[in-house]
Amino acid sequence: MTAAAIPASSPATTGEQPGVRLARSRRNAELSLLLVAMVLVAAYGAMVEAKVLDTVTADFWMPAAALTAVFLGLHLVIRFLAPFADPALLPAVALLNGIGVGFLRRLDLGSAAPAEREDLAIFAGTGGRQLAWTLASVVLAAGLLALMRDHRSVSRYAYTLGLAGIVLVMIPAVLPSRFSEINGAKLWVRVGGFSIQPGEFAKLALLVFFAYYLVRKREVLSLASRRFLGIDFPRGRDLGPVVVVWLISVLVLVFEKDLGTSLLYFGMFVVTLYIATERVSWLLIGLVLFFGGVYLAYVLGEVVGGPFANFYLRAQIWLDPFADPYNDGYQLVQGLLALGTGGLFGAGPGGGQPGLLPEVQNDFIFAGIGEEIGLFGLSALLVVYLLIVERGLRAALAVRDSFGKLLAGGLAFTLGLQVFVIVGGISKLIPLTGQTTPFLSAGGSSLMANWLLIAVLLRISDGARRPVTGAGGKAARPSGGPPEQLHGAPTEVIRP
Amino acid sequence: MNAPLRRVGIVVMVLFGLLFANLNWIQAYKADEYRTSDYNGRVQVAEYERRRGNIEAGGTAFALSKETDGELKFQRAYPGGARYAHVLGYKPVNLAETGIEKFENDFLAGTSDQLIANRVKDMFTGDQSGGGNVLLTVSKGAQNTAFEQLRNNRVDAAKGAAIAVDPRTGAVQALVSMPSFDPNPLVSHNTNEATAAYNKLEQDPAGPLKNRALGEVLPPGSTFKIVVAAAALENGVGQQTRIPAGPSWTPPTSGTPIRNAAPSICPEDEVTLINAVTESCNTGFAQMGVRLGADKIKEKARQFGFEQEDLSVGHLNEGGHPVAASRTGSMQNADGGADPAALAQSSIGQRDVRMTPLQGAMIAASVANGGSQMRPYLVRQLLAPDRTTSYYTAKPKELRQPVSGQVANDLRDMMVSVVENGSGTNAQLRGYTVGGKTGTAQSAPDRPDHGWFIGFALDKNGTPVSAVCVVLEQAGPGGSAEAARIAGQIMRAAIADPGGR
Repeated sequence: MTAAAIPASSPATTGEQPGVRLARSRRNAELSLLLVAMVLVAAYGAMVEAKVLDTVTADFWMPAAALTAVFLGLHLVIRFLAPFADPALLPAVALLNGIGVGFLRRLDLGSAAPAEREDLAIFAGTGGRQLAWTLASVVLAAGLLALMRDHRSVSRYAYTLGLAGIVLVMIPAVLPSRFSEINGAKLWVRVGGFSIQPGEFAKLALLVFFAYYLVRKREVLSLASRRFLGIDFPRGRDLGPVVVVWLISVLVLVFEKDLGTSLLYFGMFVVTLYIATERVSWLLIGLVLFFGGVYLAYVLGEVVGGPFANFYLRAQIWLDPFADPYNDGYQLVQGLLALGTGGLFGAGPGGGQPGLLPEVQNDFIFAGIGEEIGLFGLSALLVVYLLIVERGLRAALAVRDSFGKLLAGGLAFTLGLQVFVIVGGISKLIPLTGQTTPFLSAGGSSLMANWLLIAVLLRISDGARRPVTGAGGKAARPSGGPPEQLHGAPTEVIRP
Repeated sequence: MNAPLRRVGIVVMVLFGLLFANLNWIQAYKADEYRTSDYNGRVQVAEYERRRGNIEAGGTAFALSKETDGELKFQRAYPGGARYAHVLGYKPVNLAETGIEKFENDFLAGTSDQLIANRVKDMFTGDQSGGGNVLLTVSKGAQNTAFEQLRNNRVDAAKGAAIAVDPRTGAVQALVSMPSFDPNPLVSHNTNEATAAYNKLEQDPAGPLKNRALGEVLPPGSTFKIVVAAAALENGVGQQTRIPAGPSWTPPTSGTPIRNAAPSICPEDEVTLINAVTESCNTGFAQMGVRLGADKIKEKARQFGFEQEDLSVGHLNEGGHPVAASRTGSMQNADGGADPAALAQSSIGQRDVRMTPLQGAMIAASVANGGSQMRPYLVRQLLAPDRTTSYYTAKPKELRQPVSGQVANDLRDMMVSVVENGSGTNAQLRGYTVGGKTGTAQSAPDRPDHGWFIGFALDKNGTPVSAVCVVLEQAGPGGSAEAARIAGQIMRAAIADPGGR
């Protein structure tokens, strides 16, 4: 169903005339959608103030206006640098980002002293910091669009990025705890009052490496294989480097106790491998390994403890959070109660009690928002996420080079998987593992990395929807054509 | 590579479908269960969204709510501190509420059915008028005096209680339990601090949380002689009837002799009943009790309120501080036969006889009120949040009639004689007729005696204005005289500042 719908509705693949390029670029649609999203964000801010302050201050619109200004800037950058980019991506992400800033500001309003509430500066508190990070992230995303005029150019740095990815993942593990540990997880680099999570950026770097390597090796991975137990296994030397990179990352993350991210990398790896080889057997092997590993870790956690005890505890909490509602299960229980209290319609923006939720600005932001906008509001947010992911996948489908397909597909799936892991975690669908909710959670690293991800998707979708013929398309391309390293890329492997 | 990409697209849709289904499960199907869960602090937060009403005594709020900056909008405060702790109770965030705060919770919180009209009005005006106000009968003057006098008693008793009631209505004028506690830390919004404060009080061996005026039963000692005297008066004995006495008397079946507190008390073979009461003659009452028999004494005690298990002090219709039952205990052999030794001991308020301070006050009050015992109460009026409408005004009720008017008159004369000529002279008040009975009760062989006093005050017209009971636990020698002195002070304060009725 989806498979049929995606190419049919994609304008890039229809045989329209090159002369109507501007109309097809859909930039005006992007602008209109963006303005609608920003009106929603401003309205959300007003509703929050009406509920929390009992009045709407004269400058309620300022955060929304700041966001609108910077998103409009990005829109203009896209207009000139990526005119055929998917028009739905920016407005969708802008909406999520705007709601995130609005909700974090709502937390600040709720916790500020009554006297200071009404004149909370727009860059004050967590919400203000998030707003500042948004501005920086969007500028960086625009910079990436300007720098990377063709997504294939990043493949030149694939090995560098792969190495950088490993280094980024390992930095916090190597650093002394006082520089890297927050709440028991060693994920940060802390310098002064400033902290970044290098792992968030590693995700992007590693994916570029995976995509590049797998595309280069996909013929041998697919064909030069040995059959074992009815499954075709590639030769070790072909798969070696990528497995090594992946294994190192996952092991490091496991010992940093960042289970969510290791799960994310695992899924990211398995899916890119599957897309590259088109072999379902990789999915099956991945799933068997995953569930086998999870079960083993659970059993080991129960019997041996040690590094697996944390995992066992999380599984126990997941199975019955109400068994210890005040200690181990506290977070999950409070998250469920917040969601349940929200019910169908929610308490209204500003009407909930997010102060009762631990980590509401981070892991549990979806539960905090859910209490106030209810099932209907959360469903809308999930649809927006789904839209971004499916638009990313559509870009992957439409783009003509394998590297672009794999990179866009991997990025889009990883984003979707991250939403699934965290939202599934706080709603007791799967065991809870700490993850940021993309574009909503407080945190500059996550926000910036995800905006860079969006910039790459925008760039690839621009490549995908750009007409093959027509002077405009060619002229906008950087000279030099496809990079050398992608020698195998334009040739699709013909499989029996 | 398009086929696997499409499949990945489908996988993502399935994953999101699972999220969506699960959110439906939580936010639609399980919503009510989670919303009302005991672990859901929002229930509590909602409770603190509305201003809780005051509990007032004599026009002053002793339990009130102040607006805060925190998540919980209102903070309960008890400006009376330890002084009113046992009267009001307290309403903590995470612990169990007690006292009036508990019994009138619905009205104070504004959730009572009686306040529905107010809530509907709020819905239209958008105001939050808060909960209703509870007005107590307590007299500020009497309560202060009782608290201060008890705390600074001259026999260094660490534990005790005092309660004063209006004999005509049963309205409680003062209620103090010693040691007391400050309820303010218990209602802290920092639940850890509150729990720590509670645990400290809970583990205190002196038992400050205990409401000794209503919940503690102790041997009443000679104050119980009023009950025995009432039984005697109804069985052919008069005030001037001479009853057997003597320096020592040994009940027929037991070798343990009963003696008087001092050799100067009724050493003669016979004394009049009024003298036996005035001097608190143990040998006289022991012999009279044996002559009357256990049944008559137990029945008379029951008519005064002993053995009642369901009495409560608060609202006259429902709820209120539960009152422990006072007991006469067994006065018989193990085989059910008469046991004169047990009966003799019981007749002077020892052995298994146990009484609450409230019961003592109610005996004195019924004597002062012509034999009619009024049901004690604390809640005088329930006022709407806007203070204009009254939802309840106490209508005093007679609880029982333990003695006839004639017997009550005789008892009154005898009790007045105790204060004028006997062991209770400390309770005298200028311009008022004061009657009473002291009691010194052995608690345990190795511990000092409890000092008791029950009594009443009548104005010039003979109208009873206050009845009181004071007990000083393990006060030792002079305890009952000190209790009498404190009782007089409390009654003096209650007369000067009668409080609400």
